[in-house]
Amino acid sequence: MADFSKESCPSVKNILLLDSEGKRVAVKYFADDWTTNASKLAYEKSVFTKTLKTNARAEAEITLFDGYIVVYKFVHDLHFFITAGDDENELILASVLNGFSDSVGLLLRGDVEKRTALENLDLILLCIDEIIDGGIILETDANTIAGKVATNAVDGSVPFSEQTISQALATAREHLARSLLK
Amino acid sequence: MPRSLVGGDLAAPEMAQPYMKKDDDDEEVEYSPFFGIEKGAVLQEARAFHDPQLDVRRCSQVITKLLYLLNQGETFTKVEATEVFFAVTKLFQSSDAGLRRLVYLMIKELSPSSDEVIIVTSSLMKDMNSKTDMYRANAIRVLCRIIDGTLLTQIERYLKQAIVDKNPVVASAALVSGIHLAQANPEIVKRWSNEVQEAVQSRAPLVQFHGLALLHQIRQNDRLAVSKLVSSLTRGSVRSPLAQCLLIRYTSQVMRESNINSQTGDRPLFDFLESSLRHKSEMVILEAARKITEMDVTSRELAPAITVLQLFLSSSKPVLRFAAVRTLNKVAMTRPLAVTTCNVDLEGLMSDTNRSIATLAITTLLKTGNESSVDRLIKQITNFMSDIADEFKIVVVEAIRSLCLKFPLKYRSMLNFLSNSLREEGGFEYKKAIVDSIITLISEIPDAKEIGLLHLCEFIEDCEFTYLSSQILHFLGNEGPRTSDPSRYIRYIYNRVILENATVRASAVSTLAKFGALVDTLKPRIFVLLRRCLFDTEDEVRDRATLYLQTLGGEVAIGNNEKDAKDFLFGSFDVPLANLEASLRTYEPSEEPFDISLVSREVRSLPLQEKKAPGKKAPAAAATPAPVSAVDAYQKMLSSIPEFAGFGRLFKSSEPVELTEAETEYAVNVVKHIYDSYVVLQYNCTNTIEEQLLEDVTVCVDASDAEEFSEICSKPLASLPYNSTGQIFVAFEKPEHVPAIGKILNLLKFTVKEVDTSTGEADEDGVEDEYQLEEFEVAAADYMLRVPVSNFRNAWENMDPESERVDEYGLGVRESLAEAVSAVINILGMQPCEGTEVVPKNARSHSCLLSGVFIGDVKVLVRLSFGLSGPNEVAMKLAVRSDDPEVSDKIHEIVASG
Repeated sequence: MADFSKESCPSVKNILLLDSEGKRVAVKYFADDWTTNASKLAYEKSVFTKTLKTNARAEAEITLFDGYIVVYKFVHDLHFFITAGDDENELILASVLNGFSDSVGLLLRGDVEKRTALENLDLILLCIDEIIDGGIILETDANTIAGKVATNAVDGSVPFSEQTISQALATAREHLARSLLK
Repeated sequence: MPRSLVGGDLAAPEMAQPYMKKDDDDEEVEYSPFFGIEKGAVLQEARAFHDPQLDVRRCSQVITKLLYLLNQGETFTKVEATEVFFAVTKLFQSSDAGLRRLVYLMIKELSPSSDEVIIVTSSLMKDMNSKTDMYRANAIRVLCRIIDGTLLTQIERYLKQAIVDKNPVVASAALVSGIHLAQANPEIVKRWSNEVQEAVQSRAPLVQFHGLALLHQIRQNDRLAVSKLVSSLTRGSVRSPLAQCLLIRYTSQVMRESNINSQTGDRPLFDFLESSLRHKSEMVILEAARKITEMDVTSRELAPAITVLQLFLSSSKPVLRFAAVRTLNKVAMTRPLAVTTCNVDLEGLMSDTNRSIATLAITTLLKTGNESSVDRLIKQITNFMSDIADEFKIVVVEAIRSLCLKFPLKYRSMLNFLSNSLREEGGFEYKKAIVDSIITLISEIPDAKEIGLLHLCEFIEDCEFTYLSSQILHFLGNEGPRTSDPSRYIRYIYNRVILENATVRASAVSTLAKFGALVDTLKPRIFVLLRRCLFDTEDEVRDRATLYLQTLGGEVAIGNNEKDAKDFLFGSFDVPLANLEASLRTYEPSEEPFDISLVSREVRSLPLQEKKAPGKKAPAAAATPAPVSAVDAYQKMLSSIPEFAGFGRLFKSSEPVELTEAETEYAVNVVKHIYDSYVVLQYNCTNTIEEQLLEDVTVCVDASDAEEFSEICSKPLASLPYNSTGQIFVAFEKPEHVPAIGKILNLLKFTVKEVDTSTGEADEDGVEDEYQLEEFEVAAADYMLRVPVSNFRNAWENMDPESERVDEYGLGVRESLAEAVSAVINILGMQPCEGTEVVPKNARSHSCLLSGVFIGDVKVLVRLSFGLSGPNEVAMKLAVRSDDPEVSDKIHEIVASG
């Protein structure tokens, strides 16, 4: 895929969502640095083990690794990673990471854990698709991303951005209850 | 919402309960809706896509399962992929928006071949013009991902429209697609300039960002246009932080390329960068600060950038701290003084929970620290070392080494630190880094020698790495005997003979022998120890012991006197190993024994690109074969020519010198082969005219300017057909070992015969003609081999100080210090040592170490000290030592005449 020089657009090499054992939930690679599935898995494993012991819950953390910059954040049993070349602006990457994790939080209505993520894998994949296109940052604002992914799923209720998490959970319960009664 | 994906066939009842019965679910540890999923089964399920009555929910589930499989690394065969693709295209019938989005995603994942693309283009083009914004945006991205150039021209019109669409998502989709398309179809994308320019003015932040990126890409090869773009935008207001970051990158690029001197006049661009330091978005501040630090600016201009980075150091966000300390670390490499203001903050970061930040902080401090703070710093680092990974430790050790070289007086505390680190747990790479550092320090700081050696001795007492033990023993053998009390090391060395494996034992025996050779008082005792080694179980150890006993005892032919014994033990192996390997490969077993003195000593300088690639990605470079010595090939070729066979060993062959302009009728270059008392010129001629056949080609050489040359023979070329290359040789005699120099004038003489290009037959009659070649010089550098020495300081001290000749030269006004340094290196044709050929930016003075072998196999070492006085007025001090004082004088003559 596209290879961008230093002077051009900020670019992302991959975006990873792993579980608490380092297994894939959803991943997307944009750069040619990893050509085979085996090399991708190896990369995921080393990134996972390297960051495992750090505390990346409150704030996004960062590390230099194999000539790449990796910014990462953990929520419950989900590990979010963004990889880029080592000359990339770290804060741009952090904004992409926050956009990713926050929009996943909105789409899963605050219930950010592996199981819910897998149950809503379609939303996660669409979410990644809306954040990065071929390595180029498409959008970093969580509300906009979630809104774009869920336009059709919202059933005309209040837009995501205007809901608090507890409200979101309440609506979710209501939906479920309704579907059970059917 | 959240919807369950997995339908009835996969445990639907449980699926509906995650919120009601959460406690129960927590017990199921390995729960996944995709548990036990199989490719074959899912492919079967995909048949649901063909149903005339589409079940939207079910189809969504199946697509998600397919996407899950692909995401887990499962691959589809060509047939499977085609089948799935066709099935998925059926889903365009459904108008469900969610399903449509998944279809888009699936098409992108499958990346269909061009004949398959046709099937979906009409559907996608319809979506591209749909009223729903999301359809438009996504259809554009999908379509642009899968189409080729010819199809692109068909939809170009719509894309141009989309770029200026009032919905920002659609505009961004079109712009980003444009960025991707411009890689393969730059000509088409270029035509969208006007629309893209409009997008750059958009009020939507991301449209502006994507527009700017695309506009720059369209204009990137037109420097003037980029410069105009930048200067117009820096005046205006760019709203999006991302776009501002881009603009900062482009601005610094323009400034660098146009060499705008920030001190004189043209300030607006720099002012823009500086004002970006006060932007409200942190990413913009960081980008601007980083670009300013990368530029060649004055300390006053650098200060504001350092200040904002310093503020970032105390941020609560790890990413921000990391970014700041990483930038400061880079600045500290070239301008340590500028960073000292941040030292207090950096010391605070040494205890940062993020180890990357802590390591960067330490290495930065080590670069900026002053002599008085070193002890305190080392103490703090000691506490820190125990809980970081090996790779970080190596970085720290390397930083300590360079710090110690900077403050040699502090060697004691730093050596202690290194030896303490040696005792800690650690892998091979880490230990090797420490040992290398200690060895460097010992070689560079004479006072550190004795302590350093003892530290190393203690380390090999308990060292699990054979390689390191051998390395240290070798080093000990060279340095130990010259210390004030050599006997203290013997115990450590002999312990190795008793306790270690065969490799280390053999090394220890050699080391003992070196002590015996140099320290007469120890000799009898060493003999006792060596005799004990004669009963070793390993034959290599026994062999070495026997050999050394004989050599040192002075009984056998290898060394009849002491000097020979020392040469034998300490003499460096002055043939480059790569060349020896190449020569051995080409050697064919015959009556004649292999003669090591014929092996070339010329070191081929490494291709530049290998140096540039910093370990990260070197795909092509790694594959380049070991440089097969060209000199070797020349030697073989020349000695096969009877006229030159008696010339002896080829001393040096120069790089080819072009004697004609590129793309002239005849291309000629010359290679100068230097022998002890002969010079052979090899002219490589190429005939580039198809209608001509050249015969009796000779080079008429006028060497009247080079007085000491007398032509002895020449070897013309009988015929030179089109597109072939032939060699003409001219040989000269010159006084032995004398670096005769002078200008050589050449004239190519030949008989031209017309060739009928259709038949390839040449005319009977030829016309005599001649062709003027450019002149060239046999220069002093041609008599100098580039031979490196591993330890310049040692080599220098081992040379006779009597042979030293020192003088000073004024080099006049030069472009830069670096240019002057490389000019002198070129005149001398010597090998720069220890990376001293690189002149740091902004340096006012520089010293450069050179080594080489002059004709007659005379080793030469040169120390150059350069200094700038006045505006680019370069002065140079040249000190030469060599095996032969006359050669030292000659080096001065060369420089004086160059």
